[in-house]
Amino acid sequence: MTMRNQRLVRVESIERVASQIKRFHFAPIDDAALPCFSAGAHVIVTMRKGDAVYRNPYSLMSSPLDPRRYSISVLRVAESRGGSVHMHENVEVGEVLEISDPLNLFPIAHTARKHILIAGGIGITPFMAMLAQFRNDKSHFELHYAVRSPEDGAYFKALEAEGLPGVRLYRSDRGERIALNAILQNQRLGTHVYVCGPQRMIDWALETAKLEGWPDENVHSEHFSVPTPGNPFVVKLATSGKEIHVGEHQSILEALEQAGVDAPYLCRGGACGQCITRITNTEGGAVHHNDHYLTDEEKKEGDRIATCVSRMDGGCLTLDL
Amino acid sequence: MNTFFKDETFRDDFTYANSPSAVERFPFPFWEDKYMYSVNIEPHTAGQKGSVYEFPFDIDEHYVSDMRDRALVLKADPRRVQALPHMMTAQWDVLELIMTSLARDYPQHFTLQQDGNQWHWINRPLGIEQSFTFGEVSTLPYEPMEYITRQCQGDFTILDQRENNLWMDAGIATSQADWSLDFDVGMNFMEWHGPVPLAHQAGVFERALKYLLNLQQGKPVRRLNWTMTINPRLDTSPENYDKWGIDRSSVTEENVGDKVHLRVELQALWRLPRSNAVLFSIRAYLIKMRELVTQPDWARRLPRVLKSIPPELIDYKGITRYRDVTLQWLEKYDDGKPTPSGFLHK
Repeated sequence: MTMRNQRLVRVESIERVASQIKRFHFAPIDDAALPCFSAGAHVIVTMRKGDAVYRNPYSLMSSPLDPRRYSISVLRVAESRGGSVHMHENVEVGEVLEISDPLNLFPIAHTARKHILIAGGIGITPFMAMLAQFRNDKSHFELHYAVRSPEDGAYFKALEAEGLPGVRLYRSDRGERIALNAILQNQRLGTHVYVCGPQRMIDWALETAKLEGWPDENVHSEHFSVPTPGNPFVVKLATSGKEIHVGEHQSILEALEQAGVDAPYLCRGGACGQCITRITNTEGGAVHHNDHYLTDEEKKEGDRIATCVSRMDGGCLTLDL
Repeated sequence: MNTFFKDETFRDDFTYANSPSAVERFPFPFWEDKYMYSVNIEPHTAGQKGSVYEFPFDIDEHYVSDMRDRALVLKADPRRVQALPHMMTAQWDVLELIMTSLARDYPQHFTLQQDGNQWHWINRPLGIEQSFTFGEVSTLPYEPMEYITRQCQGDFTILDQRENNLWMDAGIATSQADWSLDFDVGMNFMEWHGPVPLAHQAGVFERALKYLLNLQQGKPVRRLNWTMTINPRLDTSPENYDKWGIDRSSVTEENVGDKVHLRVELQALWRLPRSNAVLFSIRAYLIKMRELVTQPDWARRLPRVLKSIPPELIDYKGITRYRDVTLQWLEKYDDGKPTPSGFLHK
């Protein structure tokens, strides 16, 4: 039930668009068109390398008005679980990959009178799709995009060359900073702000918006956090008695899947709650909740866990599976 | 041309009736001899051939007359169809979903030719042929949602998703069980479910909302809901309560079989791809008691269900006035034998 429709796509082209970022174009493998999607949507790309299976969410950055192909941008993160490194080093043009149907956890607010996009680094990707939509709809928008340097920031040079009204670019190697307070102070009623980038930037933007008196409903963020590696631990399944080892770079969900357990999931980012599983026992360690779904009280109670992003810091966790 | 579609009325002389095969495929909604609210949602996947679940949108023998009744309601009260300005993309999503489904599933009745954004639509039962540009409202005689739902059985609402809630920001309702689009438009999921008794306390709506917020593209879901209606009237709206409310006091032991109808709503929900909105379809099926008791297990189960329902629910569904006389009539057909567990329909 929670499994999303999967489909095969062919890697049509690969381009390096920044020092650590590659863009991949995906085309359908047959005549059947790819499904339409809305700006802000992501797909989950399944990668297989030997026995290892990686499933990473990537924002769709191509125009929602042209679903003939999908594009994603992948930042190479050396200290991650390996999915992005695999995409960078092993995936070649012509290869067939498995992707999920699009899911949107970062949608455009259709009731907004104006949209302000705050992007940092790889966080530009969902906004590329939004820009295409806003231009088509003739919506009012501003984009503020900060990068370390033009070489590090995907599409920075292209955006600079286009010089579109409403687009402002910032280089931290030149000491340029997004003046968020000033931006947020001078907006008309009905404006929505969206932020996507490193966690520190998201926290800063949300905090600034709160201080400037913006209502929560008008502030949107996409979390790009990949689960941070931790100590290995053991998951016991209460029903089947199975014991599964969760490696330091693995999520519980990935370990379950590798062991052939059909566990529920949807977003794989701790947002949707579909993978929430009841904990029946913990031993020799503490649970670290990294999801955005359970409330603080529910996390304190500690009887449930989001298997896609949360983990133990060692010891043994028994799940009601 | 086609003799499949019946010529009948849902008002005045009420000539609506089900053929024996329509009775057989009626989605009898009770899976046990009692009833209580639950989050009874399941994937809207293709069901048995001939069943109401065979295709995503069910077109049956009442189609042509049903659409004629809708046109009459809309003519008398244009506020039955409304869409807030930010729902235009979602309206096109709906038009695409319904047109492509109908043309695929009923090629004998509907044809859709797509050449880029140039679309050509043929609806043979209603004698409609239309060329238009997808995405350009001015090329259709109505806005896209109204255009296609004047040609598809069932009421529809389109729900915008924002602030972790669903908002009824567009819809068409001409065959509704006593709720008003004009009143509800712009409300959120919790607001428009406000009047439902008992279910809030059970946490039904919170769980259902969380589930629906995660509804995925290409993975529609459905549930059945039910009530009872006097006479085969599709338009039991608050707007027209003065016309039909009085019918509830007209039920006698002699006319129960023909006047009292079980009304079942097949409700389905789709995530719409371009707008990220959700389409909610409410397809009503009506069956009179005399038709219903031709199926022995239904005849056993329905009176048992009616007896078990809490009074708040009986009141909310508007059954109070004629429940006892209906029960009396139905119990003649209940021989007390056990019923098989589970759904009793195709």
